[in-house]
Amino acid sequence: MSQINIKSDDSEPISSSNLPAAVELLSTEKTYPNGTQALLPVDLKIKQGEFVTLLGPSGCGKSTLLKMVAGLESPSDGRLLLWRKPIDKLHESDRTLSFVFQEASLMVWHSVRKNISLALELEGVKGQEAEQRVDQALKLVGLEKFADSLPKELSGGMQMRVSIARGLVIKPDLLLMDEPFGALDEITRFKLDSDLLRLWQENGLTVIFVTHSIHEAVFLSQRVIVMAARPGRVIANIEIDEPFPRTQQFRLQPKFSQYAMELHQYLENASIEEATS
Amino acid sequence: MNAKTEKQPLLANPRYKKIIIPSLIAMLIIFTWQFIVVTADIPEYIFPSPFVTAKTLYADWGLLGPALLYTLKVTLLSFLLAIVVGVSVAFVFVQNRAIETALFPYAVLLQVTPIVAIAPLIIIWIQNTTLALVVCSTLVAIFPIISNTTLGLRSVSPNLLAYFKLRRASRLQILFRLRVPSAMPYFFAALQIASGLSLVGAVVAEFVAGTGGANTGLAYQILQSGYQLNIPRMFAALTLISLTGVVLFAAMSMISKLVIGHWHESEV
Repeated sequence: MSQINIKSDDSEPISSSNLPAAVELLSTEKTYPNGTQALLPVDLKIKQGEFVTLLGPSGCGKSTLLKMVAGLESPSDGRLLLWRKPIDKLHESDRTLSFVFQEASLMVWHSVRKNISLALELEGVKGQEAEQRVDQALKLVGLEKFADSLPKELSGGMQMRVSIARGLVIKPDLLLMDEPFGALDEITRFKLDSDLLRLWQENGLTVIFVTHSIHEAVFLSQRVIVMAARPGRVIANIEIDEPFPRTQQFRLQPKFSQYAMELHQYLENASIEEATS
Repeated sequence: MNAKTEKQPLLANPRYKKIIIPSLIAMLIIFTWQFIVVTADIPEYIFPSPFVTAKTLYADWGLLGPALLYTLKVTLLSFLLAIVVGVSVAFVFVQNRAIETALFPYAVLLQVTPIVAIAPLIIIWIQNTTLALVVCSTLVAIFPIISNTTLGLRSVSPNLLAYFKLRRASRLQILFRLRVPSAMPYFFAALQIASGLSLVGAVVAEFVAGTGGANTGLAYQILQSGYQLNIPRMFAALTLISLTGVVLFAAMSMISKLVIGHWHESEV
């Protein structure tokens, strides 16, 4: 299709080729009882440790897809496996997933520390160990000094960091993020994008990241799943073949623009198709 | 530099503003009232002046003091009962939509039926006058507690609820770690309304009961003053009822501020 997307299955990086699939969707679809097709059948395999972005306009089913992976919504048909197991059997394994919402969604009545430690408390982790892990999580997102602050005393970006720390404290294997930085200003967003990549690399996470920003998708991902709306469906699967760590310089490189242009083309074609059909 | 700059910080502080401005209005009203009564030479058996009212309050304290205590007792007992029963009902409603759907209309029925219409029946059924008054007053005060607390327990951020479910929190954990804290602002708003309503209930019910004897509250004093055309005492009793209501409201605001003020915006 394009010069950039030359990567095919036989030239995958050796480092990840032997890793098992973390997430597998087999003809997974979502049709609501009233007949609305939120998502046409999707086949998708996400490997352990991969950073995948779901990119598309609103109504393309990207959030629905993410929620189905989290088990917050169930597919109307098809199968969905996490580490080869159905989602409702996940708790029987030692694998865990975390979900980071579009809003920080913190408990406004609790301090930052309490917001994060609650995740551990619900798992039965208490005392010294819980304290240490909360400190660790706070350090990961750079909020050690704000442990005792209330959410309302923090900026939007800092609240989002707390939300991410809350997601990381349980040491998840899979991190699902639903447009987490959508409401933040660009400077904060760039900063958190870089922080996220660092956390992903340091912690060996598998990340599925939902966004409607083409540039964010290119900057973050190893692979972008491009989606279109009405009905929600996957229209392309683009590898972003760029090494990590990626610095802000990457945003200024011609390659970055080329990837962005390619993604843009897919989205544009889909929306023209939609208008003419 | 001058007196004006000294005064500014005091009035600029919203806390003082909330006390000073209403106090000034109160003083203005009292002076106007006194002025009109004195200049127009209105007899005190029609419209007593604030001064006469205050004098009567002092002189009749032997009657009014115990009456106030009795009314307070009924008010506070019914307020507590309304909280305990109202919150329990709200908890049941939130656990099960079917129960709420089935029972909520009856909570509304309770609310829309005037207490003066049910009070005679309750007073016949319940021998103990004090208990009868408490029950009547509870019926008046309970509705805002049920409806507000139910609303509050349901007004949980959908994301937080999803988060708790993802973390496999139990129903009980969701109730106490998420629903109860989320409901706090709603609950305290209900307390402010219900505290006043329980006073209204206590006074209205006593009007209907109209019993004499040792257990008599301010309503009985007002009734008696009416029969005896002792208007200054009526005014004194009225003043006590109003002040009680204001104090109850202020106390609820203070408790609310103490409990949730550090995180809830409107209490800051």
